[in-house]
Amino acid sequence: MRSIRKSFDGTQALRGVDFESRQGEVHAIVGENGAGKSTLMKILAGALPIDAGEIRLDGQLIELGNPIRARRLGIYAVYQEFSLIPHLTVAENILLGQMPSSRLRGIVDWRKAYRRAAEILSSIGFVGIDVHRTVRQLSVSHQQMVEIAKAIADRRRILILDEPSAVLSQEELKRLFALIRQVKREGTLVLYISHRLDEVFEIADRITVLKDGQLVGTVTPQQSDHNQLIKMMVGRTLGEIFPVRNPSGTEVALEVSRLSHKGSFSDISFSLKRGEIIGLFGLVGSGRTQVARCIFGADPLTDGEIKVGDKPIHPRSPFDAVQDGIALLTEDRKRDGLVMNCSLRDNASLASLPNLSRWGVINRHDQTNQVQQKIQELDVRPPLLDRLARQLSGGNQQKLVLAKWLLTRARVMILDEPTRGVDVATKVEIYHIINNLAGNGIAILLISSELPEILGMSDRALVMRDGRLVGEYTRDEISEEKLLASASGVIQ
Amino acid sequence: MTGEKVSKPEDSNRSPRGWRALLLGSAGIQYRPRWVDYAFIAAFFILVLVTASMSDVFFTQRNLSNLSRQTVTNGLLSLGMLVVILTGGIDLSVGPIVALTGIMVAGMSKQGLPLSLAIFICLIVGIAMGAVNGFFIARFKLQPFIVTLATLGTIRGLVYVYSDIPITPTDPSFRATLGAGFIGPFPISALIMLACYPLVWFFLNRMSSGRAIVAIGGNEEAVRLAGINVTWNIFLAYMISGFFSAMAGVILASRLGISQPSVGVGFELDAIAACVIGGAILGGGGGSTFGTLAGVVSLGMIDNLLNLFNVQSYYQQILKGLIILLAVLARRKQR
Repeated sequence: MRSIRKSFDGTQALRGVDFESRQGEVHAIVGENGAGKSTLMKILAGALPIDAGEIRLDGQLIELGNPIRARRLGIYAVYQEFSLIPHLTVAENILLGQMPSSRLRGIVDWRKAYRRAAEILSSIGFVGIDVHRTVRQLSVSHQQMVEIAKAIADRRRILILDEPSAVLSQEELKRLFALIRQVKREGTLVLYISHRLDEVFEIADRITVLKDGQLVGTVTPQQSDHNQLIKMMVGRTLGEIFPVRNPSGTEVALEVSRLSHKGSFSDISFSLKRGEIIGLFGLVGSGRTQVARCIFGADPLTDGEIKVGDKPIHPRSPFDAVQDGIALLTEDRKRDGLVMNCSLRDNASLASLPNLSRWGVINRHDQTNQVQQKIQELDVRPPLLDRLARQLSGGNQQKLVLAKWLLTRARVMILDEPTRGVDVATKVEIYHIINNLAGNGIAILLISSELPEILGMSDRALVMRDGRLVGEYTRDEISEEKLLASASGVIQ
Repeated sequence: MTGEKVSKPEDSNRSPRGWRALLLGSAGIQYRPRWVDYAFIAAFFILVLVTASMSDVFFTQRNLSNLSRQTVTNGLLSLGMLVVILTGGIDLSVGPIVALTGIMVAGMSKQGLPLSLAIFICLIVGIAMGAVNGFFIARFKLQPFIVTLATLGTIRGLVYVYSDIPITPTDPSFRATLGAGFIGPFPISALIMLACYPLVWFFLNRMSSGRAIVAIGGNEEAVRLAGINVTWNIFLAYMISGFFSAMAGVILASRLGISQPSVGVGFELDAIAACVIGGAILGGGGGSTFGTLAGVVSLGMIDNLLNLFNVQSYYQQILKGLIILLAVLARRKQR
């Protein structure tokens, strides 16, 4: 792959990446979130078109453009999100599109299908998965194994695995590695994306580091160590994008103790002062979003206490939490932040409708004034109240979600990835807004997987790994290396 | 920024205004009128003109008042249906609620209950039936289609339990006001129905629950995470539908002067059709109050015309089905 460029809505995700790899090797790709690893792999798998650059396979210039063509060339990707169909059996999923038929065309020969699926599974060492069961009934890690089995049911030339280990146990991971070595011997190129550096060192023949959409370098595990890799992934100057801010107050705004949610996190305790910004860092799957949802009452807690000020609260729904002065800006504005087909006015006032109405009738005048004011304050463009949310650009949509929560006058704001998918200029604006909020005494829990953001914004940083708090750093102690090491479980 | 021109302040609140707002004013999606809307309005007037030129009965006061009285039932049912559709749901049980409340109001009136009290009880019964739907749908997150399909059968059964023979109340006031009464040249029932439209418009556009209902159809999870009680609002939507069904039931019984337990079969289809012709999106989140009224009137007119020309009702069914398909097809790209 040469000079690959790709941008989304004006944000450059890849800026001229050159990447080459040989048949029969395991090539790991590492980098921070947003470095462009997944984008690069999706391009290779044909899931995303490229803006510029060229891709050659065996020296031949190829055009991908869609996943079907990529598959025909022997390129197959397993993404983080599963592509299995939950209500179908394991066998059907593995053989999807190539179910054996009996003599009468169009009629499935089930016995043959189950037999073939079982053969495929056992040939790659996955015994103990019943091919008759529906995928829905399997555990997440077994689902991941089926996904991988599906990927290698045929011989592939290039196999892309995007964070395959996130949900696997130690034992299953070993089996996966054995499998990777086996397909490698058969001449397949395996591209392996992972956050976990230990794994990378164990399985990879070469390691390529991406940062900010550019290739930093390619090393072999023998030449390198953890610390060098982390330096390569992180090593950047923070610049002046993070505004300076006065230290926080002393009055406690939110205190949580021993919070647990079965299956995702346990024993989380911290306290957040008025005007303080706490950065909560963790890799995907560490449970940080779940913590936020539980404090906000969107998901039930199995154990623990929450206090706002010195008043204990028991939010059983977001409705309760909003009454108690908590706001949650969710990480995915499209999925659960905005009503895309509703107007700016509706979206901005959605969380504050009770304050804006009397006897259930909205005070139109107040609504217009307040929304207009916030929209102007946050510089949402265009500032037209009857525009639909979906007509705004990503950055403006994000500001609109912020406006919604600012109008509630919440005292505690949980911001889950507030700058995801937003261009740099808007990022800086959002950082200023957050700092102003803190300056006005609002307590902020900032969840982010971008290290510079945590570093630049937080008074304190907390780190989560596998559902537990594993580190706490004051402003003076924070460094990207420490946070990343702590989040990925590397002891320095 | 997506390179959109920053518009001048004077067109800052660009939603359909004036007569367009009346016909196209939308509860959810605020779109610029598209050619389908103009085509729709044009088709409507062409229909009127063609009829007027072909039939000399159409523009008589008698026919017009018949037409308006016949649209009352569907007009009320469509209002309730619109509110439910906006949440992303559907209410198939409106027909049996019409029958139940119709036969109850006749039955109670025959037993000597004051008419106003009988009507009041029927409206409560309608709300209660809607509450049953809403309870299962909102509380247990069951699919509206299945729940209301079940109550469609159940309530019809209740109707026959109440009375399996038609009831004719003897009280002359039963027919006099609601069904056959006039204020000037206008039938009272039609006036009541027309008055409900601005009320529902106000509810959907100016009240916090109404806005929540529209938003729920657009993105339920976002609304829940905005701290709004989604369960209550969905519950409310079905109660509103039950209320309008009851109102339709009472008025229909009064117009016919006799309450049949078998009345109301297929009413839900006409109501859904009116909403869809009026621009409602069946997935929820978009729909227009006055667009729905336009849908109701068009469907009523088509029925009326075919009757005037003595077309068999089977053909009416076929034609209506085709019109619904056409309406959905024309609005296909609007989501």
